[in-house]
Parts: sequence; structure tokens; C-alpha cells
Amino acid sequence: MRRTSPFNIVSVALGLAFLYLPIVILVIFSFNASRLVTVWGGWSLAWYRELLHDDAMLAAASISLRVAVLSASAATVLGTCAAIALVRMGRFRGRLLFSSMVYAPLVMPEVITGLSLLLLFVAVNIDRGFWTIVVAHTTLTMCFVTVIVQARLIGFDRSLEEAAMDLGCPPLKTFLTITLPLIFPAIAAGWMLAFSLSLDDLVIASFTTGPGATTLPIRIYSQVRLGVKPEINAICTIMVVVVATATIIASLMTKRGAMRRERAAFAAQV
Amino acid sequence: MSIRQSWGARAVLLLPYLWLAAFFLAPFVIVLKISLSQTAVAQPPYLPVLDLAAGWAGLQDFVARLTADGYRLLASDQIYLLSYLKSLQLAAVSTAILLIIGYPVAYGIARSPRGLQPLLVMLVVLPFWTSFLIRVYAWINILQHDGLLNQVLLALHVIRAPLSWLSSDTAVYIGMVYSYLPFMVLPLYATIEKMDEVLLEAAADLGCTRTRAFWLVTVPLSLPGVAAGVLLCFIPIVGEFVIPDLLGGSQTLMIGQTLWTEFFSNRDWPVASAIAVALLSLLLVPIVVYQRLQSRQLEGLR
Repeated sequence: MRRTSPFNIVSVALGLAFLYLPIVILVIFSFNASRLVTVWGGWSLAWYRELLHDDAMLAAASISLRVAVLSASAATVLGTCAAIALVRMGRFRGRLLFSSMVYAPLVMPEVITGLSLLLLFVAVNIDRGFWTIVVAHTTLTMCFVTVIVQARLIGFDRSLEEAAMDLGCPPLKTFLTITLPLIFPAIAAGWMLAFSLSLDDLVIASFTTGPGATTLPIRIYSQVRLGVKPEINAICTIMVVVVATATIIASLMTKRGAMRRERAAFAAQV
Repeated sequence: MSIRQSWGARAVLLLPYLWLAAFFLAPFVIVLKISLSQTAVAQPPYLPVLDLAAGWAGLQDFVARLTADGYRLLASDQIYLLSYLKSLQLAAVSTAILLIIGYPVAYGIARSPRGLQPLLVMLVVLPFWTSFLIRVYAWINILQHDGLLNQVLLALHVIRAPLSWLSSDTAVYIGMVYSYLPFMVLPLYATIEKMDEVLLEAAADLGCTRTRAFWLVTVPLSLPGVAAGVLLCFIPIVGEFVIPDLLGGSQTLMIGQTLWTEFFSNRDWPVASAIAVALLSLLLVPIVVYQRLQSRQLEGLR
């Protein structure tokens, strides 16, 4: 018995409208011909053209992209290892400490994480810049990867692995040929999430950055503090489009993976 | 099967373990140490600096020169206490509003046709994947003096003169609720969706009205989701920096901003560290509760 009441429809619709309206307005006004952000002066691509000539903004975007790719890749490797350790290794010594360290960064206020990492870099006397941001973002985002991959590993049918091992497949090969392909959608989704979190982070990057390593959010933030500019709307629109595309691809990948799994399960039963 | 024996398996555990120990745990020890130091005009701008080359005597000297001045300053100057209280107030009210708005949305999604649910969940998650900064910035567009909200309200003759929305508690609440809504909806949806609807039918058969069944059956069963959502929002909101900084004014000074100012403007690293330690100890209980919920939920999936 499943009835969709008008109340439910209205609350979901209002909730989604609340979530999307500001972003839609932002995107529309990035195509505004008028320099005044609040007056509509017709459609125009002027701000996107202006963006192409803003070298500082482009440099910041390039740094942000490189930081995001590197840190997301490192975070995916580390986060997947952590997930495997948490799900498959049972009770090992130091498990409580390990799982605390994995879950704490998810809710830790960013000012604390940023400050503590900066003080670490100062204490060991490392020059701050590009690489310190990469390390900081890896630390922050690997925990998100762990949670995603862990959920996938827990809901995972071990009989395929056991079958392979019974047939004499060594553990490493079993992992590479059976486990890895099956959890791959979750790993890919984890990478995407790590990538977009890194691209987005202002606070931790502000603490751990150094001369010459201004990321896109740091640049946008310094502009936003001076007031709303149509050019910022344009760069924000581009970021929204990039991240939305990545998210949709990621979810399609996980869905395809899920379908394949279901088909495999079905075939196994027949 | 035990994959614990092989070296490869050991590396799988050690790699993330050592990384987190080095870049998550160790930094906190350093924060604690620097919170007990003194500001100095030097590089790095604090004293004493631990000199490992001096050995045991150096360590003794180091410990002797540690001071609680940073914490004394926190206790003596009201601005710190006030910004702590303000953070707690803003976080508590925001979380309450989030629960009131998020519950009907999560409930509505959980009761929508099965085929539609993944799409609706994705629509809720999608904004969370777009930049936090952008989402806050989008609200500046709307809330500023000649922004859309005032224009719409003027056109509808609700107000006669434009109101100043920015730099107020209201703007901060709007920003918080907007940014954290997915964090509230998702855990709520997860628990409501798992609920067996037979229970509601049983309640109806026994003469319970739909409203009473909602309060007597659905709400108590969704409490774990409520707890997860509340913690997932409350803890980061207390330390929030971007939202109050961009949408709030001088009246909405939160502890995250105080820490930021001490660090970047005043360059007082010991006081910034002391604020971080105090903030962390304030949040320690909620964080531990959240972790237990998180691991229990993941174990429960097995």
C-alpha cells in the first residue's frame, strides 16, 4: 500500500525548489548583458569572454584542477585501502583509533583541520604551496572515499571471491580480477566526490597555501568579499556545469554497476 | 579466509593508518603544544621552539617555558566567550530549522513511488556536490540590498522600502539551512525508507488515525536518522566560517571567524590554537556520539 499524498508531493517540490532556485538564478544572471547584477539587460556572453582574459583567474583554475586531480587520486588509493582494512580485517590492534581517525574528518570543522595541518607543516619546516594543499586535501577527502567504498564492500557478495579461491586463485589475483571490478563503481564515485570536494575547498586551502599557489576558491573568495560581480557568476556557472556533469556520470556508472550485479545475481540463481 | 598474514595486506592497513596518524593525529598534538606557547616576533611566530638537538635538558627547558597565557586570554576577554555562545546558538537554531524542513522532504521522498526515489535522492545530493562557496555566493545575489528578494517583495507590495537582509542572523540562518539541507535529508530518508510499512497498516487496523500513527510509529522509528542528521549538521555548523563571514555581519561573529582573524589578521598563533583546542573539546562529545552511530550503522548493514 503506497499512497502519494499531496502533502508529500508539495514538501518534496518545495524542498527541491529551495535547493535549486538560487543556483538557477545565479546561472541565468551569468548571461546578463548589464554590469548591474540586479538589472536584466538581455542575454550576453560578455562575462565569459571577460573571463578568458582574466589571467589570474585562469591560473587559479589551473592550480585548482591540478590539486584536485592529484589529491583525489591519492585519496582514492588511501581511502580504498582504509575501507578494505575496516571491512575485511576484523578486529586488529588499534582498530578503534583507526576508525576514529577515518570518521572524524567528516565532521571536523574545517578551521581546525586547516590550522592543525598548517602548524604541522611549519613545525617540520616545509615550504607551503602547491604540494601542501595536495597533502591537506588528500587527508580531508580520503575519508569520504572510505565511507563510499566501505558501504559497497559491506553489501558485497563474498561467494564469488570464495569460489575463485576454492578454484586455486591466489588472494592478490582474486582481489584484482574479482573484488576490484565489483567495487569499481564505488571507487569511481569516491574519486569524483574527492575531486569536487578539493575543487570546492576554501578554508583548508587558505591555511595550507603559500606564495604562488592561489586556488580558484581562494581567488573567488577574495573577489566576492568586494561584492557581487557578473564575472564571478560566469565562473561559478562553469564550475556548476563541470561538477554536475561529473556527478551525473558517476551516478550512471554506479547504476550500471548495480544493474550488472543484479543480472549476475539473477544468473547465479538460474 | 584471512588476508591478514601477507605483507600486501599489512600494507593495505598501514598505508592509510600512517597517513592519518601523520596528517590528522600528529597535527592535533602540535596544535595542543602551540596553544601552550607564547606569541613572539619571530619565524615561526611563537615561543618556545622545541630543540631536539639539546636532548633531555632542552626538553626540560621547553616544558618549563610552556604557558597557559593563551587560555587565560580566552577566559578573560569576553569576545571569545560571546562568539562561542553565538556559534552554539546559531548552530542549535539552524539545526532545528533544518530538522523541521528536512523531515517532510525526507518523508515525502521515502513515500514516493519506488522507481522515482533514486532520482529524487540524486536531486537532493547534487547541490551538495557543487561548490559550497558558490551556493553561499548565490544567496548574496538574492539577499543584497537591490537583490531579487527585495525586488520581488516590493513588486508584491509586501514591503514599502527595501529591507537589508545581508549582515544579519536571518541571512546566516538561510545560508546554513540551504547549505546543510542534504546532510539532514539523507540520513532521515535512509531510516524512514527502511521502515516496514506493515507497521503502519497494523496501527491503522487497530484504529489508529494516520496522524497518530505518524507520531506513534514513524517518528520513534526514525530517531536514529534524526540523531545522525542533527549531529551531521550541528558539529560542522558550530565551526562554520564561510557562511557567517559572507552573509553575516558584526553581530554574527562565530568562533570559526574569531580563529581565522586571530590567525590571519593578528598573527597570534598560540591564541588561534587555544581557540581550536577549546572548540574541539566542546565538540568532542558530539563527535564521539556521531562516530559510534556511524560505525554501528555500517556494521548493521552486514
